[in-house]
Amino acid sequence: MNSLDQIFVTLKQWLLSYVPTDFQPVGSALLSIVAIIAVFGTAFALTTILERKGLGRIQNRPGPNRVGPCGFLQPMADAVKMLTKEDIVPYAADKVLHYLAPIVLTVPIWLAFAVLPFGRNMSAIELDASIVFFFAVGSASELAVFMAGWSSHNKYSLIGAMRGIAQMISYEVPLVLSTVPVLMLSGTLNLNEIVNAQSGFSFGVGQWNVFTPWGAAGFLLFMIAATAESNRAPFDLPEGESEIIAGFLTEYSGFKYALFFLGEYLGLFAVTGLAVTLFLGGWNAPLAFLNVVPSWLWFFAKFGALIAVFIWARGTVPRLRFDQLLNFAWKFIVPLTLVNIAVAGIWYFSSDHLAYAVRWLICAGIFLGFYELLGRFLSLKRAPRTYRYAE
Amino acid sequence: MPNKITFCLTVVFTLSAAVAAIRLRNPVHCALSAALAFAGLAVAFLGLDAEFIAFAQILVYVGAISILSIFAVLLTRGTEVEPTAAVFSRSWITGIAITLGTAAAILVPIFSSSILYKIAPAVASAPVQMIGTELMTHYLLPMEVMGLLLTSALIGAVVIAMSDRPEKKDDSSHPSVTRYPSAESKPATKRDLTTV
Repeated sequence: MNSLDQIFVTLKQWLLSYVPTDFQPVGSALLSIVAIIAVFGTAFALTTILERKGLGRIQNRPGPNRVGPCGFLQPMADAVKMLTKEDIVPYAADKVLHYLAPIVLTVPIWLAFAVLPFGRNMSAIELDASIVFFFAVGSASELAVFMAGWSSHNKYSLIGAMRGIAQMISYEVPLVLSTVPVLMLSGTLNLNEIVNAQSGFSFGVGQWNVFTPWGAAGFLLFMIAATAESNRAPFDLPEGESEIIAGFLTEYSGFKYALFFLGEYLGLFAVTGLAVTLFLGGWNAPLAFLNVVPSWLWFFAKFGALIAVFIWARGTVPRLRFDQLLNFAWKFIVPLTLVNIAVAGIWYFSSDHLAYAVRWLICAGIFLGFYELLGRFLSLKRAPRTYRYAE
Repeated sequence: MPNKITFCLTVVFTLSAAVAAIRLRNPVHCALSAALAFAGLAVAFLGLDAEFIAFAQILVYVGAISILSIFAVLLTRGTEVEPTAAVFSRSWITGIAITLGTAAAILVPIFSSSILYKIAPAVASAPVQMIGTELMTHYLLPMEVMGLLLTSALIGAVVIAMSDRPEKKDDSSHPSVTRYPSAESKPATKRDLTTV
């Protein structure tokens, strides 16, 4: 079990033993970089085909099925097409910013993978404040979206960019706030230690954060904010192809467009990896007897399951209107994340006084009560919806 | 030695980005250069082993402040404006005086304090836990005062942005609309009415 669990760590050490001692730090970094790029590059290709297949299934059509067996070589064909397409830069565009925008979007997101623990002893760098690092490198994507939209000199691009920035700023607040209970209860900002804090088993079931009231609520809020933060349906207003062509992507073609596409999926992967790490126990097994399965396999199983949820949501939920999107963030999600922080505090301080089940019920009751009250309060002034053109 | 090379590169990068933020003609380019300068500062903090400060610098300044300044530029100047007049204002003498005064106000306490004569520890590190504890105990009052200041600024901004009187139902027939000579050809918007 142990050798299979640590197979990649052992492999890396074996490869490093051929490198001169002076170059070992550089060699170690390079090996990690190559591994991350290879794994998540492949995951990107796989996700695009699986997403198109899944959406096709939801919409009652076969999806891509021409290239290779069952259409599974479609990503290759797409890559060749993207690379050989003409790269058109509009005459009026701000050339430098137009060129830089896809790079600014894609490069920092790769950095976010450096701190994620993919398995036991498998995170590329060990940082004291790794979750702050994660959010810091992610914050560059707003600038990239703005650069793309503004430099294209196109009304639709600019509208898309402004939508994108407003949406990303609004949902970054609940995204960060919903992680706060986890940080409070594990008492650290280090992602490896957060995973270690969830490594115990009670009654044979893993002590994951998602099994506590604040963890379950935080997980749902985090997933909603993550969907919006990575510009995916039902929050894909910056690209809203039926309203503003393709938003900030309108004037991009060829490989730059592919880079944007890649950056968007990488952002989704990174934030999904964070959700697994914070709430779903990271690389820990769900049940005690399943510990024989290698840790990295558990990480990627949970990761894949969450990606499937994202695809499912994309195929099911219709796109929001922009005022609904912002109201939803500021009036509903942000207050709920704040209440969740208070609930986490109650959970922490009641641990000595109350039985586990009582504590669970009280904390869940507080959160659900507030959820119900807030929902009722927000829908007080709303009259029943009237349809002007469709009756 | 490699540390010094990194430091020099960071300084050159940060300073040139800062100069570009002042000298470029297009305000959006200025805002983006300012974001670059902020990122350079973060790298300088990393060189001092102040990880947390560096990440917070990127998170707050690159992620939020530069976006805010871009919003301000777009909402006030519009996107099509290509400035033709000189970027430097005529009151540059006042500007230099204010700059020198601010620099003096910061530098004089630094040079008169005892911190210059402290010997740096061999391994400079400030764990996040220590920063948090210090902020919540020793520096609690300054932090609360700053929080109050920022909150009041926020409330002030909301007050300024709020329209000062309730909108009327039939604003279109308001008699005091004299802003557009031909009121029929150009419909007055709500904003125009409230500012008259």
